[in-house]
Amino acid sequence: MSNERPQGRILVKLFPSLIGLARRGLAGWAVLIGGVIVAVVAIMTVVSPWISPYNPIAINVGPILSPPSSEFPLGTNHLGQDMLSRVYSGGSIMFQVALLSVIVCLAVGVPIGLFASYAGGYTDKVASLVMDSIYAFPGLVLAIAIAAMLGPGVVNMALSIAVVYVPSYFRIIRSQVLTIKELPYVEAAHMMGARARTTLFNYILPNVIPSIVAVATINFADAILTAAGLTFVGLGLPVSTPDWGWDLTYGRRLLPSGAWWVIAFPGLSVVLLALGFTLMGEGLSELFNPRLQR
Amino acid sequence: MSLRSYVIARIMLTIPMIMLLLTFVFLLVRVLPGDPASLHFEKQVDPRMLLEFKRQLGLDKPIEIQYIDYLVGLLRGDFGKSMQDFSPVSQQIFSAFPATLELAICSTIIMILVGVVLGVQSSRSYDSVQDHSIRVFGIASYAIPVFFLGEVMIMIFAIYLHWLPAGDRIHAGMAPTGLTLGGLHWSTGLYTIDSILEGNTSKFIMSLRYLLLPSLTLGTVLCGIFIRLTRGNMLETLQLDFVTAARARGLKERTVVYGYALRNAFLPILTMMGLQFAALLAGAVLTETTFSWPGLGRYLVDRISFRDYTAIQGVVVFFGILVAMVSLAVDIIYAYLDPRIRF
Repeated sequence: MSNERPQGRILVKLFPSLIGLARRGLAGWAVLIGGVIVAVVAIMTVVSPWISPYNPIAINVGPILSPPSSEFPLGTNHLGQDMLSRVYSGGSIMFQVALLSVIVCLAVGVPIGLFASYAGGYTDKVASLVMDSIYAFPGLVLAIAIAAMLGPGVVNMALSIAVVYVPSYFRIIRSQVLTIKELPYVEAAHMMGARARTTLFNYILPNVIPSIVAVATINFADAILTAAGLTFVGLGLPVSTPDWGWDLTYGRRLLPSGAWWVIAFPGLSVVLLALGFTLMGEGLSELFNPRLQR
Repeated sequence: MSLRSYVIARIMLTIPMIMLLLTFVFLLVRVLPGDPASLHFEKQVDPRMLLEFKRQLGLDKPIEIQYIDYLVGLLRGDFGKSMQDFSPVSQQIFSAFPATLELAICSTIIMILVGVVLGVQSSRSYDSVQDHSIRVFGIASYAIPVFFLGEVMIMIFAIYLHWLPAGDRIHAGMAPTGLTLGGLHWSTGLYTIDSILEGNTSKFIMSLRYLLLPSLTLGTVLCGIFIRLTRGNMLETLQLDFVTAARARGLKERTVVYGYALRNAFLPILTMMGLQFAALLAGAVLTETTFSWPGLGRYLVDRISFRDYTAIQGVVVFFGILVAMVSLAVDIIYAYLDPRIRF
């Protein structure tokens, strides 16, 4: 019976929870609005090959630096490329870089955070020192240094961003584990002879997951902004890939011509995407830890 | 713990942090795939020339010797040689730093002013339309790439309105000379201060005009956290008895809010300033590039395009030490002002 219409069942489960979100006040609305923004941008990026009126990297499809018109609703840039097509597809790199860096952060930050803070003592002190040193550093500068050494590419960008943000995961997990591991139920598990691994993964981890989800969501926004920053300082991908960051980088040189449309639309797209993730992340962390914020 | 032992403990904690950072950057440049010297020349070069190039930079020595040279050099304020022309990086760093400092100070002032005023307004109109719009502005400011905001500012205020210059620090050849007393000469490198020392009002106004757009851009992007901090603090403080007492004594609302309640938010704001300093520097790198502001950030970005890895290493290390020093200073000031922290 359960095998009959799994999609239907998921939808039925999801739908009330969406309504439920809106009932939970501003934070719920923030998650909902942020989620919708992110979903819309994601869908737009995925279907861009089918909805783009022109090839986003083909040059001279229209006049050079044409303002928004009926034929080119968002205008064209200095290479005669159609800005609408570029806005549709320009998020692809950012999504890839952000997703990959969040995955790396999760894969590295979560285990280190769990083990170090659960073990305590010397391990915890060393791990904290290393993480705090990275955390204190200007993130973009560190990412620039790493990306400059690794060279361009989606994976390299994602790695350099991940190094910068692993400490955020470590810190939140550590602060939670330090509290949770003193709770009576964990002590009870100890008394009953549970192994450290069982305690850590079966009893402690589930209580940390909500915070991890909140951090990861905000981290998406950070990763997107950092990726845009890396592109801006010349460490992005080659010209052959449509990218909002690239449009903003080259748009700077076109400012004196007054061509506002070349930067406005890609820029607003980045803002919208980062805003979507920020709203979601802020909302989630407020829902999960209502005491922390007001 | 006395203040002195707190300071000593705090310094002891800073040293390993700096060491870790120095080691990390050192290894980053030398251990990652391909050595920096061959990476610098994109294509194949004559091996003998490459060897000579490495010898000039000291990159031909064994790695442990390089490490010691590097640390000893840093102690003497030597940040290595540029791959471009073998000139000392420290010279470039120290000549570009005042520009970054001036931008950072001015942005901090704007960031705090905007953040505190909006935060106070927001808390006074709790749960109203004004409160919600200020909060949304706070979150949105976080999501704006600083260089995009900078481009928009240039577009509006420099290109369309012609109110302010679009980039650089001052008109070419107009750099203020600073204070000259007989044969003595003293300048800070901060154009606003130097022009006052020189006694030249028009240069002072000019340097302010150049400074305004970049600082406004960076300050706006970073003010969000201060809005939230001030708002949260004020919401709590405005409910306390001493505020009610001040109101009951018939003081003006403005005096109650800014003169009495806001004082409670001073320490958290100071702490946050320390924490935000790293973000400020990171933002400065992008802001300087956007506005062609001749500071450290733009020097760093310039070096990237020249694949000048030794110079990149020098600037990154300088940024790291600077941040560590500032956070040390903020913590010590905090401990001095609030003795509870020491226990």
